[in-house]
Amino acid sequence: MFGDYSLSDLGAIFAMQGFAGLILFSVFLLMALGLAIIFGQMGVINMAHGEFMILGAYVTWLTSNFFQAHLPALFGGYFFVAMVLAFFASGALGMLVEWGLIRHLYKRPLDTLLATWGLSLILQQCYRSIFGAREVGVDLPQWMLGSFQVTDAIQIPINGVFVMVLTILITCAVAYILYWSRWGRQVRAVVQNRVMAGAVGINTEKVDRYTFALGCGVAGVAGSAFTMIGSTGPTSGQLYIVDTFLVVVFGGAASLLGTIASAFTISQAQSTLEFFLSGSMAKVITLLAIVGILMLRPQGLFALKVRK
Amino acid sequence: MLQISGLHVAYGQSEVLHGLDVAVAPGEIVAIMGRNGMGKTTLMKSLMGIVPTKSGSVRMDGTEVSGLRSWERVAHGLAYVPQGRMIFSTMTVEENIETGLVASGDKAVSDDIYELFPVLLEMKKRRGGNLSGGQQQQLAIARALATKPKVLLLDEPTEGIQPSIIREMARTLKRIRDERALSIVVSEQVLSFALDVADRVLVIENGEIIRDDARAGINEAEIAKHLSI
Repeated sequence: MFGDYSLSDLGAIFAMQGFAGLILFSVFLLMALGLAIIFGQMGVINMAHGEFMILGAYVTWLTSNFFQAHLPALFGGYFFVAMVLAFFASGALGMLVEWGLIRHLYKRPLDTLLATWGLSLILQQCYRSIFGAREVGVDLPQWMLGSFQVTDAIQIPINGVFVMVLTILITCAVAYILYWSRWGRQVRAVVQNRVMAGAVGINTEKVDRYTFALGCGVAGVAGSAFTMIGSTGPTSGQLYIVDTFLVVVFGGAASLLGTIASAFTISQAQSTLEFFLSGSMAKVITLLAIVGILMLRPQGLFALKVRK
Repeated sequence: MLQISGLHVAYGQSEVLHGLDVAVAPGEIVAIMGRNGMGKTTLMKSLMGIVPTKSGSVRMDGTEVSGLRSWERVAHGLAYVPQGRMIFSTMTVEENIETGLVASGDKAVSDDIYELFPVLLEMKKRRGGNLSGGQQQQLAIARALATKPKVLLLDEPTEGIQPSIIREMARTLKRIRDERALSIVVSEQVLSFALDVADRVLVIENGEIIRDDARAGINEAEIAKHLSI
């Protein structure tokens, strides 16, 4: 498959496909971060995670429409506002769902799978009723449209770089919250031993609720990034949920570093392979490679080493 | 300080505690002795709200706490050192103690806790799971003290700990009581430790308190009878 290209062409192709994969990487990483927080930290399998992401995408779309209609002068900056709104919209919905549904199911992990799957269907229908079945797309502001011309053959899209920088910042923020803040300490204590955490004075219900909200909020931001690579429809989230679970499992649950590494590997492998093969073949090869690696390392790429 | 009256606790249909009445005065150390399966741990867990109370009342300083969640009880001044320590093993020693700060609202661990347990200061950055049994016990006590309790509950603190450390622990507990003026309730099977540390010794058998003796004028043989098989 490489035969038709010269060596320098190949280099350029790899570089450009690699950068094209960056947005995919960002979406994967943000989705997986949210999922890893919720699954790794609370043991809840959230099948509705894709719908939380799509809520963020719809919020981004609404914000962009609002700016176009009412504040065209500030249109260049709508994305920042949209991200914040997406975070809080998905986070608030997450908090509501935790309160109304998930908290009754902590002792029944398999039921959370069913319940959140049902929730995802409900949300999809809600989106269909509210926003319509047609997919919607946002217009990117002018300054995000171009690309950096590195060499004659290599172009790097500006929006890709932008979204990736953003993702790195959010990842750092999540890492800080979980590992260095007072609140993160409470989260980790609850994860280790819920009963004992309560007995040292930690309000475990509150910690659960905010952890879930944080995971969902990050998914909302993933939705904002998603609007740059695809159009938003009621069922778009479904396409990503499987890949995201793959990222979490491949990286090793509850390992932030593993999640980053595995999101990067999977998105880059797919993006590069897609150039040379058909999309589905690219997926088959990626999946086979992951299945192979997981057979050798069932605990994922990075697993925390502690005495149990 | 701590007032337990008519406490009934059950796991499902089977009742384990059949109406306990215990009063703990401020600054008093009370040992609750009894064989395995007599209800010591159940009593501790029900006082912390880990096992629900069926009927009866538990009052802290006159406030009814028997319907409250664990963390609310901690806020009312109860602190708990469970059987088997239950420290957070993947977190560092310092982080373990800091989990107790949520209840007290302090920003940092106060120096007097490290003064009490100097070994924890040395091991501040180690993961809790990598400490020895005796060190983990100290860590569990330090974590409980970080919540600034009025009543400290210890469930079989001597379990799995070597004899020389047990004697030191008795001294430490008395020192904690003297310095912080708190009450301590400790459940025990080791009589020598209980006699070392307690002002009053209760014996629990089949979910009922059958003896209540002040330390002075205690009949060791009588109590030992209830502990041996």
